[in-house]
Amino acid sequence: MAEFLINSVGLPAWLAWTIMAGLAAFLILNVIAGGALVFIWAERKIAARIQDRLGPTRTGGRFGWLQSLADGIKLLAKEDLMPDGADGLLFRIAPYVSFCASFCAFIALPFAFDFVGQRLNVGVFFVVAVLGLEVFGVILAGYASASKWSLFGAMREAAQVVSYEVPLGMCVVVPVMLAGTMDLVTIAEKQAGWLTNWYLFHDPFTFVIFWVYVTCAVASVNRAPFDLAEAESELVAGFHTEYSGLRWSFFFMAEYGSMFLVSALAAVLFLGGWNGPIPVARLLGLSEGTGDTAHYLVRLIGCGNLLLKATLGVLIMMWIRWTLPRLRIDQVMTTCLKYCTPIAAAMFAGAMLWQLLLPGGLVRGLTRPAGEIREGWLDGPGGRATAPSVSDKRVARVMP
Amino acid sequence: MIGMATTTGLFASGLISAPVSVTHYLVVGAILFTAGIVCMAIKRNALGVLMGIELVLNGANVNFVAFSSPYLQGQGATSLGLDGQVIALFVILLAAAEAAVALAITLNFYNNHATVDVDRADDLKG
Amino acid sequence: MIPMMIPLAAVNFHSLLFSLFAALACGFAVAVVLSDNVVRMAFYLVLSLGATAGLFFLAGAEFIGAMQLMIYVGGTLVLLVFGVMLTAQSPFVSMKTAAGDRVLAGIVAASLLALLLQAACSVEAWQRPASGRVAAPSATPIGTALVGVRVDDPPPGAAAGAVRSGYLLPFEIVSIHLLVVLVGAAYLARAKRRRTPRAIDEAASVDPVDAARLESAARSRANLASSVNASGRSGSASALAAGGGR
Repeated sequence: MAEFLINSVGLPAWLAWTIMAGLAAFLILNVIAGGALVFIWAERKIAARIQDRLGPTRTGGRFGWLQSLADGIKLLAKEDLMPDGADGLLFRIAPYVSFCASFCAFIALPFAFDFVGQRLNVGVFFVVAVLGLEVFGVILAGYASASKWSLFGAMREAAQVVSYEVPLGMCVVVPVMLAGTMDLVTIAEKQAGWLTNWYLFHDPFTFVIFWVYVTCAVASVNRAPFDLAEAESELVAGFHTEYSGLRWSFFFMAEYGSMFLVSALAAVLFLGGWNGPIPVARLLGLSEGTGDTAHYLVRLIGCGNLLLKATLGVLIMMWIRWTLPRLRIDQVMTTCLKYCTPIAAAMFAGAMLWQLLLPGGLVRGLTRPAGEIREGWLDGPGGRATAPSVSDKRVARVMP
Repeated sequence: MIGMATTTGLFASGLISAPVSVTHYLVVGAILFTAGIVCMAIKRNALGVLMGIELVLNGANVNFVAFSSPYLQGQGATSLGLDGQVIALFVILLAAAEAAVALAITLNFYNNHATVDVDRADDLKG
Repeated sequence: MIPMMIPLAAVNFHSLLFSLFAALACGFAVAVVLSDNVVRMAFYLVLSLGATAGLFFLAGAEFIGAMQLMIYVGGTLVLLVFGVMLTAQSPFVSMKTAAGDRVLAGIVAASLLALLLQAACSVEAWQRPASGRVAAPSATPIGTALVGVRVDDPPPGAAAGAVRSGYLLPFEIVSIHLLVVLVGAAYLARAKRRRTPRAIDEAASVDPVDAARLESAARSRANLASSVNASGRSGSASALAAGGGR
């Protein structure tokens, strides 16, 4: 769209790019903040219904639509407290570190074919790496609160997040292996078509790996049943005990942002991204391309698809939270090291063998000349030509 | 006012307008390296010394990546190409390994001497 | 707001972002050196290495930048911060070095920096920026190189048909190395059965109130002994002080 601004409106190049960058950042910020608003309300309603009560019913009508807004106003108006022995700089900056880590991961997340902040070739790697940086905000908050319980909660949470990065990485590598690239846009592109093209249904190993991914993702964002760091003794709130008002709401937005992010990542990697179960656009004869309003509309619908899938993921996380009891720290670590990691490793090996040995796979695997690359970056001058790889029979159209 | 003056000064020096070259990256690498050396030399906390080691390795990594970058000097005869990136990768991996062992040693020292002050590590002093 | 004397159409965003990340990286590295509080040092180091990852992305080494964020910042520095938290007792959080040592270190640093800067700015070929079309960065050449197959273009000066080695052997060696380090660090950090209690347990087992009282009592006794200046009594007083302050 920056080209549109440059060519038709006649703005200088730098200004057009700056405006587009600002617009992208603004949109992502709205996704996080607006999402947090909606998810707070949804969480309260879902929690209530699961517990056989009604939840907010007064603020803004019968369903309590404006409850989140009321909560936000209350948080803004709270007194800004800081404990006596707290390290001032670290105490103040910890929520922003957490929030920045959560926000930065959205840079590489594609919402539709061309709706991505920055199309990174190492997109998957970048998202998983930045998600792991959220732990610094937690540790700093726990230390800077000058309270033993905050520190313990923070250390446990940090240990949990760092431990679960290992099986999370292994789960995430399976779709990367199936697609042949770490580029999130390409991974979702390759799942275009009918429902059966989704990597979830690609082979039984990937199916199992998806559920391991769900477990590791829930543990990674410290949601129940892995949320002992937030509900440490059921009375104090772990690392954010001493935080109130706007600072606490930053931690909260970081948590909901991360929940949305891992759900959206699951959607892109396993559930086809912005592709719906029925390839309506292709059936209508519209091919992927840039420019035209019909393509823009298709992309908007795709964006809606992805938001729907991610929201479903978040709602399922909330459902799990209010259904399952909390795990102890040793149970959390056991789940990670004794169950998730070996299962992920075994499924990874299985998916790899499936790729090699399956219909045509064996012959292709044995007769492929050395040095042939799946990703089509070698074809064409200028580098970014992504011609379909030779072995991929499912994507029938040529990508630009 | 000061912001305007700084911006003009920076622009005048061509930092914002002219494309960067390998030399810019080497300067950054040199500063990181020197900061790491000073950190290793003057910190009394053993973990401070460890942070100095990390800074030194990062300065070297910046140099490697700069020499291998196609954006900075093209694929000319002096470019390291892919080798620089792979070497930087190995440096990162080995730094992680070394930090783990150094931390284990430091924690052992802390358990045995109840301090992390390197000035108190003088049991072998003659 | 924006002064008109800067022709903004000429602003090169790559250079602007480079200046930003370079300033952050160098600034926070210097802050690590100048800070006294070890927790703040760790935090500044995190920010410095994060800015370095940004520099890597700007140089087109996207895979290395993501590796830096995941392994260095997200792994090694988390380990370091854990270590800091485990040893962050109040006497050890801020330790100052003697002024003489700092001056000497400053002199050595200044001379080393001058030497490195002189070397950096001396080569003509390094000061020319790149020109022409460049392929978009991709992680595939690194991946295939690590399994032994080189698919990147050879440098212009290379002989045609020359075989370039892949990085399979170093990759395997580093994998075994990491395994050895994992086992070694776990062994070093294991809980050991001891016949005498560890110094850290002894220090922790003394009740803080009693310890403070014992310290002040020992100090007052030492003062008394030194003021009376009797060698026998000062010997016993120092022995008492050493026993009380253990």
